[in-house]
Amino acid sequence: MKEKRLKTKKEPYVATTDSCKLCAPLGACLAFKGVEGSVPFLHGSQGCATYMRRYVISHFREPVDIASSSLGEKHAIYGGGPNLKQGLKNVMSKYHCGLIGVATTCLTETIGDDTSRLVKEFQDEFSEETLKHGRPSIVNVSTPSYSGSHIDGFQSAVRAIVDQLASNLPSCGNTVNLFPGFVSPADTRYLKEIVHDFGLNPVILPDISETLDAPAAVEYEKIPSGGTPIASIKAMGTASFSVEFGRCLTDSISAAKVLADRFKVPSKKLGTPIGLRETDIFMNTLEEISCRKTPVKYELERGRLIDSYVDGHKYISGKRAVIYGDPDMVVGLASFLTEIGIKPVLCATGAKSQHFHTAIKAVTEGILDETPEVSDNIDFFDIEETAEKFRPDVLLGSSKGYKLARKWNIPLVRLGFPIHDRFGAQRICQLGYKGTQDLFDMIVNAVIQATQDRSPIGYTYI
Amino acid sequence: MTNTIFAERKDQVHRKGEEPFQMTCDKESLAGAVSQRACVFCGSRVVLYPITDALHLVHGPIGCAVYTWDIRGALSSGPELHRHSYSTDLQESDVIFGGEDKLYRALIQLIERINPKAAFVYSTCIVGIIGDDLNGVCKKVEREKGIPVIPVESEGFKGNKRAGYNAACRAMFQLVGTGPIDDISPLSVNILGDFNLAGEIWIVRDYFERMGINVVANITGDGRVDDLRRAHGAALNLVQCSGSTIDLAKMMQDEYQIPFLRVSYFGVEDMADSLYKVADFFKDLEPAIMENTKELVRDELSKLYPKLKQYRKALEGKKAAIYVGGAFKAFSLVKAFRHLGMTVELVGSQTGTEEDYKELHEITDPGTIIVDDSNPLELSSFLQEKDVDIFVGGVKERPIAYKLGVGFCDHNHERKEALEGFVGMLNFAKEVYSTVTSPVWRFTPRQQALSSKPQEMDVLNERKAIEN
Repeated sequence: MKEKRLKTKKEPYVATTDSCKLCAPLGACLAFKGVEGSVPFLHGSQGCATYMRRYVISHFREPVDIASSSLGEKHAIYGGGPNLKQGLKNVMSKYHCGLIGVATTCLTETIGDDTSRLVKEFQDEFSEETLKHGRPSIVNVSTPSYSGSHIDGFQSAVRAIVDQLASNLPSCGNTVNLFPGFVSPADTRYLKEIVHDFGLNPVILPDISETLDAPAAVEYEKIPSGGTPIASIKAMGTASFSVEFGRCLTDSISAAKVLADRFKVPSKKLGTPIGLRETDIFMNTLEEISCRKTPVKYELERGRLIDSYVDGHKYISGKRAVIYGDPDMVVGLASFLTEIGIKPVLCATGAKSQHFHTAIKAVTEGILDETPEVSDNIDFFDIEETAEKFRPDVLLGSSKGYKLARKWNIPLVRLGFPIHDRFGAQRICQLGYKGTQDLFDMIVNAVIQATQDRSPIGYTYI
Repeated sequence: MTNTIFAERKDQVHRKGEEPFQMTCDKESLAGAVSQRACVFCGSRVVLYPITDALHLVHGPIGCAVYTWDIRGALSSGPELHRHSYSTDLQESDVIFGGEDKLYRALIQLIERINPKAAFVYSTCIVGIIGDDLNGVCKKVEREKGIPVIPVESEGFKGNKRAGYNAACRAMFQLVGTGPIDDISPLSVNILGDFNLAGEIWIVRDYFERMGINVVANITGDGRVDDLRRAHGAALNLVQCSGSTIDLAKMMQDEYQIPFLRVSYFGVEDMADSLYKVADFFKDLEPAIMENTKELVRDELSKLYPKLKQYRKALEGKKAAIYVGGAFKAFSLVKAFRHLGMTVELVGSQTGTEEDYKELHEITDPGTIIVDDSNPLELSSFLQEKDVDIFVGGVKERPIAYKLGVGFCDHNHERKEALEGFVGMLNFAKEVYSTVTSPVWRFTPRQQALSSKPQEMDVLNERKAIEN
C-alpha cells in the first residue's frame, strides 16, 4: 500500500529516518511488567536491557529493572546458554520473584539459541535451586528485533504468558479475562473498575496499573506490588469469557484465541474503546456477559460525554488531524475523531499491520465520505512528507512528533508511547466514556489555545 | 546488606578504611545483575553523536537507532543532522540474505538527500553475527559520493562502553590529518571529551578566547567534520572525560607529536586548575597568557563566591551519593560537594579503570563506599544505609532516589542545564539546593517513618507502661 503510493511520488527511501516504532523486546518487557512479582529478562547483550530501561523509565518515571544475560563475544560464538542460566539463577536469588519473563533479542535469535530448550534444561538442572526460591515461573517469548515492532513484542509476550501458564485450574467467582493491549496504568485502573461495576471479576493481563505507577512507599520495593496475580493467570482457562481489544490484532498473537482453542473460553475481539461508539460496543459486551444493565454511573458519564460533544463541536468542526502511533490506538482515535467532526487526514503507524487499513475503514465508514489516507510501516520523515499537503490543524501521538508540530506551528496532543517531554504520561486516561471525555476536553482546548495564540487580540472569553 | 551484593561482585565494592584498597573492575557485567551499563554501540554513539554535520547511520534493527535518537543535550551552533535517527532497520530477510545491499542503497539515498560532510556507519550486534562487509560498502560509497564514509566497529557484545569509545576514536582518527593547517595559530588547542551539553563548550571556549588561545576543533560537542580534519594543526590537546577520547589524544600524540593534558571543567578547583595548566603550557610562547588567566579566574570567582556562600550555608553537613557513567566525572563531583560543605558517602561508576578507583579512594573520606558496575539493588540499599540527602546520576538512577524519598541531580548526557565552568558550579549548587531543601520529602512515607520513628516508639512505650 505504502510502497505503491510512495512510488508514484518518488523512489521509496531505503533507510528509516526518525522511526515511529520501537523494537519487539521492549514491548515484551512492558507486558511482563504487568504480571505480579515478575522480572523481565532480555537474553542478549547488556546494552539492550539498559537502553530499554532508560527509555521506559523516561516515560513512566518509575524504577524498571530489566535483567540481561549480558552476553559477550565468546557467548556470541559458543552460545548464550550458560549466561542465560546463570542470569536466571542470579535473578531468583536476589529478586525473590514469582515470574521471570525471558525475551530474546536479535543477537540470540541469530546465533540460534533455543531459548525454550535452555529454559527447560535450566529447570531440570537447577530443580532444587529453583525450589529454594519458591520455584518461580519462567515464560519465554521469541522477539527478534528485526521482525515486527514493539507492539508485536508486547502482544507476543501476553500470548506467551497465557500459552505457558494458563490452565483450567478452578478460579473463584465469575471471572472475565480482559486483554487490553498496551494502554496506560490509569486506563487499566479504570477498566478494572468498569468490569467490577458489572458484578464481574476481571483478570486483566497485563495489569500495569500499579507496577508502572506505584504509590510512594515506606520500603523500597525490589519488585513493585500489583500486576496480574499468577494464580489468576493459571485459572484463565476457567473464565466465563475473554474480551480482547485490538481490531488490528492477528490471530497468531491473540491470547484470547489460545484460551478459546484450548479451554473453550468464549471470546470477543473489540476495538480499543476510545470514543462513544467503540465504548458502547464494550459496554454492550459487558451487559451481555454479565446479564446486567450498564450501571447508572456509566450512563451518566455517557450522557455527559454527548453533552460535551454538542457544547464543543463548533470549536473543532472540520479540523484536520494527523494521528500516528500503535495501530490499535490510532484506530480508536480515528473512530473518536470522526464522530466529533474532526477529519483524520492521515492515520499512520510505524508497525506493519495487515488489518490497519480495513480497521480504519470500518470505524470511519458511515460518517466520513471516504476512508482517510492510511499508512503502516511508516517513519516520521514519511509522515512529514505525506501530511504536509493536508495542512493539518492538530497532531495526535507520542512526543516524538513534537518537531513536526513545532515546524507546522500546530498543537500536539500527546498520547500513547513514548511521552518523554511532558509529565504524567502514566496518568493519561483515554478509554471508556470518562477517558474519552478527558481526551475531548484536551483536544478542544488545544484547538482553542492555537486559535488564541494566533489572535492579535487575545480573547479571555471564548 | 551483604545479602544484596552478589558473591561474584564482592570485590567490585570497597568500603574505604575497612580493608586495604583492592578493587576489581573492567570486567563483563554479571548475568542477571541488572547492570546500569550499556554496550559498545552506545559508547561509540555517544562520543560521535554531537558531530553535527555528519550523517550517523546505524546499520542494524530499529532498536539501536531509536533508543539513541536525540537523547543528548548536545547543542549545535549550525547544522542539526545529529538530532535525527537514521537506521537501515534490518528485517528478517536482510538477516538471512545479508544487509550489504540495503546499507549501500540507504547510504547513497541519505547522502543525496541530506548532503552531509561525512558519514559514520555504526555496526550493531547483529551485523557482527551476519558478517556484512561494512568496510567494503563504506569504501564503495566513499568513492562514488566523494565524502568520507567511515565504518564504526561497534558491535554491542564486543566489550562494554569503553570499547565503543575506542572504536569512535579510531573512526575520528581517519578524519584527522586530512585538512589544511597553514593558518592555525601556535596558541591553539583542541577540546576533547566535551559534548556541549546545554552549551557547555561555548562557556569553556569563551574562557580560552579570553586567555588568548584559539580552539581548532571541538571533539565532539558542536563538532564539525572540517575541524576534525584540521585538528592535527593544534599545539595541544585538552582531554576531559578521558575514558571517551584519550585514545584519540594518544593516537594524535604518536602520529603528530601533539601533547595532551587531562583537564576538567567541573567545579571551582578543577576548572581553575585546568585553565592554569593550559596557561602554563603556553606561557613561554606568550607570557601574557598567565596574567590573562589569573584575571579571568579572579573575575569569575569574585562573582561566584558570594552567591555560592548562601547555598553552602543551607547545604553544610548534608550527605551525597554519586553513581555516574565515567569515573572522571566522579572526581570533580566529590570536590564540588566538598565545596558546598557536603560529604560524599557513596561514589561509583559504570566503567572506571583501576587508576580511576585508586584516585577515588585517595580523595574520599573514610567510610565511603566505592563501587564498580553497580545495580539498582545495591544502589538502593547503599542509599538507605547511608541515609543520603541527594543522589547524582542519570535517568536510570533517578527513580531509585525518588522512591526512597531522596533528592536527585541529573549529571548525564541528557541534562539541559550547564554544569561546567564557574557558572556551571553555580548552576550545580542551585540544583543541589533546590532538590535537597524541597519541602516534598517531608510528605514521603519513608521520610515520615524515619522522622516519626523515635516519637512513635516513645508513644508506644508510654502506652505500654500505662497499660501494664
